[in-house]
Amino acid sequence: MSSAFAVLAVLLVSVATLGVGVFGLRLSRTTSDFYVASRAVGPVVNASAISGEYLSAASFLGVAGLVLARGADMLWYPVGWTAGYLMLLVFVAAPLRRSRAYTLPDFAEFRVESLTARRVSSALVVLIGVLYLVPQFQGAGLTIRALTGAPRWTGAVVVALIVLANVVSGGMRSITLAQAFQYWLKLVALLVPLIFLLRHWRGSGSPSQHLHAAAWIEPMQGPYATYLTYSLILATFLGTMGLPHVVVRFYTNRDGRAARRTTVSVLAMLGLFYLLPTLYGVLGRVYAADLVGSGRSDSVVLELPQRAIGGPGGDLLTALLGAGAFAAFLSTSSGLVVSVSGVLSQDLGSRWFGGVTSFRVAGVVTALATLLLTLASTGLAVAHAVELAFAVAASTFCPLLVLGIWWRGLTARGAVAGMAVGGLTSVSAVMAVMLGGVSSGPIGAAVSQPALVTVPLAFATMIVVSLATRGHLPAHLGHTMVRLHAPEDIELERGSYHPESARRPSLR
Amino acid sequence: MARWHWWPAGHLGSEADRATFRTLHTASLMTSALRTGLTAVSAEQSVRHLRSLLATHAVALTDTERLLAWDGRAQQHTVHAGPLASRGVADGATTVRDHRELICNDPYCQVRKVVISPLAVEDRVVGTLQAWSGASSAGLVRATTEVARWVSGQLELAELDASRTRLMEAEVRALRAQISPHFVYNALNAIASFVRTDPDRARELLLEFADFTRYSFQRHGEYTTLEEELRSIERYLVLEQARFGDRLGVTLRIAPEVLPVTVPVLSLQPLVENAVRHGLAQKAGGGRITILAEDLDREAVISVEDDGVGEDPEKVRRALAGDESLDSIGLGNVDERLRSAYGDDYGLVVETAPGAGTKVIVRVPKFARGVRP
Repeated sequence: MSSAFAVLAVLLVSVATLGVGVFGLRLSRTTSDFYVASRAVGPVVNASAISGEYLSAASFLGVAGLVLARGADMLWYPVGWTAGYLMLLVFVAAPLRRSRAYTLPDFAEFRVESLTARRVSSALVVLIGVLYLVPQFQGAGLTIRALTGAPRWTGAVVVALIVLANVVSGGMRSITLAQAFQYWLKLVALLVPLIFLLRHWRGSGSPSQHLHAAAWIEPMQGPYATYLTYSLILATFLGTMGLPHVVVRFYTNRDGRAARRTTVSVLAMLGLFYLLPTLYGVLGRVYAADLVGSGRSDSVVLELPQRAIGGPGGDLLTALLGAGAFAAFLSTSSGLVVSVSGVLSQDLGSRWFGGVTSFRVAGVVTALATLLLTLASTGLAVAHAVELAFAVAASTFCPLLVLGIWWRGLTARGAVAGMAVGGLTSVSAVMAVMLGGVSSGPIGAAVSQPALVTVPLAFATMIVVSLATRGHLPAHLGHTMVRLHAPEDIELERGSYHPESARRPSLR
Repeated sequence: MARWHWWPAGHLGSEADRATFRTLHTASLMTSALRTGLTAVSAEQSVRHLRSLLATHAVALTDTERLLAWDGRAQQHTVHAGPLASRGVADGATTVRDHRELICNDPYCQVRKVVISPLAVEDRVVGTLQAWSGASSAGLVRATTEVARWVSGQLELAELDASRTRLMEAEVRALRAQISPHFVYNALNAIASFVRTDPDRARELLLEFADFTRYSFQRHGEYTTLEEELRSIERYLVLEQARFGDRLGVTLRIAPEVLPVTVPVLSLQPLVENAVRHGLAQKAGGGRITILAEDLDREAVISVEDDGVGEDPEKVRRALAGDESLDSIGLGNVDERLRSAYGDDYGLVVETAPGAGTKVIVRVPKFARGVRP
């Protein structure tokens, strides 16, 4: 395999990422004499940024791998990852923006007015972030191996180092334009080779071997398929709203209406993007069916051009795909590490270090912890590993957001209890899966796709405990609900600023 | 923030010392509640601690006529707390009532005496503290009186907090009404000079002026977005530039991510006005104002810099401390409002020296508890 092009492409992307981190702040600011303030981030740019940060290794490599290996049922992954934004649009987007919360812990504190709820949310943000990071690092390992033949840990270490360099140098904060560019880069990197592959496929008489196997083409195959499918649907539909790096981007919207517009654009962009990996999976079935047997189905996207086209053309396309994949790991990982480090340094670590130092220490700790977990974890399919992070988000933040926004009765104790129960059950299931301790049978099925059990459990706990502690509703509940639901251009009393609660939060 | 203590308890001194610490700690547990004023919520939160201080059967907190919170046994007496409060308020000093005065249908009721002490804020009685106990002793009367006095002190501080907030609001209103007459005069003059030579520009400037005054005079809300505040600043600068022409250079570098951040209304504009007035107006040849807004994850950092004549740091320190005699528009007010909204970590930072220009740095968190615009 001629890897010179590919290595060059990966190097280029890495250097570009570092460069954007260092010089990007300069580029991202509009320098002009007048009227810059009116140039807020528009919904389309913001939607590109959200999509760019959201489309991770799982989307770029994992979906195609799963479709190749397991067929029609796996289409729920891209469908769910897109439809998650539909849930976000319907239930969360505008109220979350109106709450003016920047992170999920901010929202918890805003809605239930409790520092305990804030701390529990912070811990969960860190957990979800790390769980989401592990498959990114894993994907990097896969890519490096597919491109150069180096052992799998090399890629993980390379990504960890680049992300670390970025965080420590203070770059890659949340540059909207840079992340927006990432979406289009990933789209092009996947689209261009696909066009060549499809032309080649048509040109060679549209071969369709391996496509007609019943186990592959027909849905709901295998034991517990109904449970597994619905659990997957629940996790992906409800998990998106609980992803820390997605939520912070909604702050950039001007108001609730812009937040909704952004979400609609995200739906369109993801809908377009997710057509591509599915086609790679189908083509992989035609040209590279043997990858399934050797357990390397996740690298199908990278190997297809070589298999189908070959020669220098194939090399070039592989290089393009490798660059796109690396862009995917780096953008998602950087966004996540920054989100997690921010939470770690502010809510959990600021007692020991000062502001910037604590942010950097937190970044180092996050990246190293992820690296360790990546090396310790078994070779789970990348897309499945990401989906498990969604399951945890769906079992913790989804109930908090949905009940917090749509139900007056949510109390601080209810929120904490629900998040704790949902978090503990889903995280233990996920750890069991990642470290390879899953049995077969119904319990094994429940552990490997925990959402259908843990999400209702978390909702139920939150509701029951809230009802039991009905007397302890937050003090500013009325104002909070008005803030969440009244459009910004209506002039009404939204509650005012309370210096006593600013300086002395109620520590209930 | 609490830290872990791993040293043995004896380290904390004798038994008497520790009793004092316990008392002080119990008192500190109540301060945050009582500093919000005497309400059912604050009474509910503090009455438990009051009972542990007084160590009686029951403790009640009332306003002048109603029971606010009750902690302890003898629940059948809760109905008496209100009437006793009215009488206690009338008495104006600590009084002791006997159980026989009250109708009690519990034959085993252990309450024998009620010590009632009024709570006063600035010589006005706002409620009572009632200690329901098995016997009345001089010690209990003294203790109740002292605790009531301490609670009164906290309530007075709450009153002070409230009036400080009212004062600050009044100051903002004044600041809004206080567009400098010089500025109005100069702006209108500048516009007038364009009426013949460049009527289109004159018209644009007049519209800017109208929008600027509207923003400055609006009464609604204490908070706005950075976007709105910057837009008003731009209008101001357009008008000033019409007057100063090439002498006033302006650079704005704004990260679009921070535009939705919530800031106190008119918190940046005074800084820009200062930069123009002090930094450039007195300097021959003019100068440049640079306004930067950067996105630092959870915070927005905004700086207003001029390359003008600078200022004596000592003078700036006094202006920040609230010295009214200095000619700095609202510097102290801006600092005070930022601190009270976001905490003492978020005050103004001013870097200046005579002849070296001035740079004012404002940090604003993207989310702040208590700030509910």
